[in-house]
Amino acid sequence: MTVIDLESYEDALATYDPVMGLEVHVELGTKTKMFCGCSTELKQDANSQTCPVCLGLPGALPVVNEIGVESAIKIGLALNCEIAEWCRFARKNYFYPDMPKNFQTSQYDEPIAFDGYLDVQLEDGEIFRVQIERAHMEEDTGKSTHVGGATGRIHGASHSLLDYNRAGIPLIEIVTKPIEGAGARAPEVAKAYVAELRELIKALGVSEARMEMGQMRCDVNLSLRPHGREAFGTRSETKNVNSLRSVERAARFEIQHRGVALDLETGGTIVQETRHFHEEDGSTTAGRIKDNAEDYRYFPEPDLVPVAPARDWVEELRKGLPELPRLRRARLKEEWGVSEHDMQSILNAGAVDLIVATTEVGAPADQARKWWMGELARNANETGRALDELGVTPAPVPAALRFRPGAPPFRLSASAAGFPGPWSRRRSSRRCGSAAAARSPPSTTASGVCPVPACRPRASCRRP
Amino acid sequence: MPGITREEVAHLARLARLELKGEELDHFAGQLDDIIGAVARVSEVADQDVPPTSHPLPLTNVMRADEVRPSLTPAQALSGAPAQEQQRFKVPQILGED
Repeated sequence: MTVIDLESYEDALATYDPVMGLEVHVELGTKTKMFCGCSTELKQDANSQTCPVCLGLPGALPVVNEIGVESAIKIGLALNCEIAEWCRFARKNYFYPDMPKNFQTSQYDEPIAFDGYLDVQLEDGEIFRVQIERAHMEEDTGKSTHVGGATGRIHGASHSLLDYNRAGIPLIEIVTKPIEGAGARAPEVAKAYVAELRELIKALGVSEARMEMGQMRCDVNLSLRPHGREAFGTRSETKNVNSLRSVERAARFEIQHRGVALDLETGGTIVQETRHFHEEDGSTTAGRIKDNAEDYRYFPEPDLVPVAPARDWVEELRKGLPELPRLRRARLKEEWGVSEHDMQSILNAGAVDLIVATTEVGAPADQARKWWMGELARNANETGRALDELGVTPAPVPAALRFRPGAPPFRLSASAAGFPGPWSRRRSSRRCGSAAAARSPPSTTASGVCPVPACRPRASCRRP
Repeated sequence: MPGITREEVAHLARLARLELKGEELDHFAGQLDDIIGAVARVSEVADQDVPPTSHPLPLTNVMRADEVRPSLTPAQALSGAPAQEQQRFKVPQILGED
């Protein structure tokens, strides 16, 4: 990779205002694809989930997935958007084999949801309102593998192999209006926005929105405008930034990189381009020069009829919206009596829903919080897993806590809950079938899964 | 009506990844002009009161329940592929992209 000169972050901001646009793609959790009945389940068996529609075979006719439309409306409503009374799909034509149809079915000038906003909370508690341009329905592309190149990248590859299992999986693309006025906090705003959006999507139940699994992907568009000028600079678009931390890093990197590029250009314009984000060092490198929107030769999709959501359906969906995550967090923080800092730790650990579920089965909030935020959180962190991937479920926790109404508060530890004492320091063994476990087998959960986080279940863990 | 220019043909050719020689650009500019001229005649009969349409039938909201239907087998899916490898469609090197 070529070494790029970077301007210091402070120098770039002394001259320019960053203007950001964030595009987030959310893969919906529907059972079937957007326009055909193929399953969306992740399968390793290549091209096992395709049909004439998603392969673009002649004569095949797409029909839109009702849950896909419903999910789009829910997302639109939760983002305070207007919901179109009538809208159409459009073909986005481009020359790339990841869609066998040679176009992507998307929406162009008639998105299903538009003109909304999302309030996000920054680390110091300040609320920043991000204006939403639109949320529209489209479909995911197939997966390409490039063969023959040294690094598996397109460059230098002799040919490419295509698996179309993912082609046609419903996507909702959520596009912000230009985010201005964030100044040095632009990267923080970007991260907070994507984090809030992820919580919202999960609360709506339309997707698990796991970024590490590509269920939610972010493109960071950034341009720099000299202080006091009206016009936006030419933007760069950093594609597929796939973690919250990376969203922040990519924005920061581009501010520094754009700063250098602009300083070099006498006219103050740089080419509109797609950039690739590198997880290893947080840098971005140039990709293709972007086609203009007109180059995609969008036109209304003649194979699909317009979508005209009935107003009573929209209002019914509005009534069913869950409590907004930001407000729910504020309420829970109040109810649990925790500090802003502790609440942030709970959020970062992904423990909110687990603690709520644990209180719902009868544990007091403070003990439920300590249960999840103690050794379990530490173990999850050390083993690089999510708290809900440890095989521990909330249901048996009250029993494990030996909670009895009126009982004196007790000191919580893993061993007190019947776990072998040293498990958290025995990560190398990777299972609990140790001598300690054999003497005192850990209580299994209702599902029979060993509740010991570091355990790779073996027969010995599941003795009757 | 403005004619299709040589530059526009060259741009379209780039989008379609077609390599055209100089004389071909002129040739196709003329042909595309004729085609667009023919289609433009529609505007002569379609007055302001006829809205543009993308579908011949006045239908909306044709939707499908979210129920899984059987897919093709990989062998069936690949049966029309000019080339395949590792149960995947094999395509030539993708030029000019990264």
